[in-house]
Amino acid sequence: MAGIVKEFTKGLWAEIPPFRLVLGLCPTLAVTKTASDGFGMGMAVIFVLALSNLIISAVRKIIPKKVRIACFITIAASLVVTVEMLMQAFTYPLYQSLGIFVPLIVVNCVILGRAEAFAAKNPVHLAVADGLGMGVGFTMSLTFLGAVREIFGAGSLFGHHVMWAGFEPFQFMVEAPGAFVCLGVILGAMNFLTAWQNRRKKAAGQNACLACAACALAPAAEEQQS
Amino acid sequence: MDYFLMFISAIFVNNILLAQYLGNCPYLGCSKEKGVSIGMGFAVVFVAVMATAFTFIIQKYILVPYDLGYLQTIVFILVIAGLVQFVEMFLKRMVPPLYKSLGIFLPLITTNCAVLGIAILVQRKEYDFATAVFYSFAAGMGFMLALVLMAGIRERLAIARVPKAFEGTAIGLVMAGLMSLAFFAFKGMIA
Repeated sequence: MAGIVKEFTKGLWAEIPPFRLVLGLCPTLAVTKTASDGFGMGMAVIFVLALSNLIISAVRKIIPKKVRIACFITIAASLVVTVEMLMQAFTYPLYQSLGIFVPLIVVNCVILGRAEAFAAKNPVHLAVADGLGMGVGFTMSLTFLGAVREIFGAGSLFGHHVMWAGFEPFQFMVEAPGAFVCLGVILGAMNFLTAWQNRRKKAAGQNACLACAACALAPAAEEQQS
Repeated sequence: MDYFLMFISAIFVNNILLAQYLGNCPYLGCSKEKGVSIGMGFAVVFVAVMATAFTFIIQKYILVPYDLGYLQTIVFILVIAGLVQFVEMFLKRMVPPLYKSLGIFLPLITTNCAVLGIAILVQRKEYDFATAVFYSFAAGMGFMLALVLMAGIRERLAIARVPKAFEGTAIGLVMAGLMSLAFFAFKGMIA
């Protein structure tokens, strides 16, 4: 049980996909013009990632090593086709606004990356926890980036007006250049925050504060990363 | 003349990387050295043109007549994966020097969203065969241009003093944003 919780939570902060692992940047940049697009894309990725991790982990002993990448891609592609059809049936406006990026979930590095790095080596329950965690982390990042861009670029959030009356929308944010700069600044902020956390942890360590939960979790997360 | 306009448009105005956000992983991963980026760029042009031609034929003569349009994604990605494998083996045997310079990039291209993206884009835009192949070539060249320019900038960036938190990918993304802004200026060129 503790293992499941650990695999799930690492995707939420310690290894949050687009920011920490720098994987899956194309959808992160392309579909975050509004918070709801980012959220919808994240949902589709959760579905594909959790199920692909489940299936790959379940058949990991049958797949020959040499053709494993092709197998992973086939499994992911079948799931993406499923998502595509579900979205066409139930959330057609979202499907249209995500456009070409729905089929492109297949080549989202997060999916293959997790399959190769985690699902192919771990039992089913851990793989599903990892997939769900990574998916939720991905959704959070996309929604956050989308919210930032939507608030400054259009003055609204999830389609509701949030800025004051005289607010001039900042066109730069919803165009391509804004996406790159915005993601870059967020990455920089995350690095800064981590450095600050580490400094503080070090200072706390000197005071022999072993009670803080973060200290207990940190070595495990670092071990995972290496 | 139409082809010329399309070429300019695909390279500068609707650059596959800077305006359509496709292929960002190699853009940030393979842009540390100019030599590497040129190799990657050529590999992408080559595979993109081949993949577009093959997938176009498959779509037109197999998927559409038998009403299998919903299988597009899965078929395209398998064709690209197979094609990349085939090209790799072909080059290894027939053109060893080219294999040496492109070899390591070929497997990476399977999961480059630019290649699959171009193949799907030409289907959605409903181009005819010649236009589709030409577009894939132009888009590939646009990708290469952005990649090589970025590599040039990053070589200088390596010796620049960057705030600690922004080192690596973060400053790379901000740079990409500024480049994208420069390319954005071409928007008015083609109405």
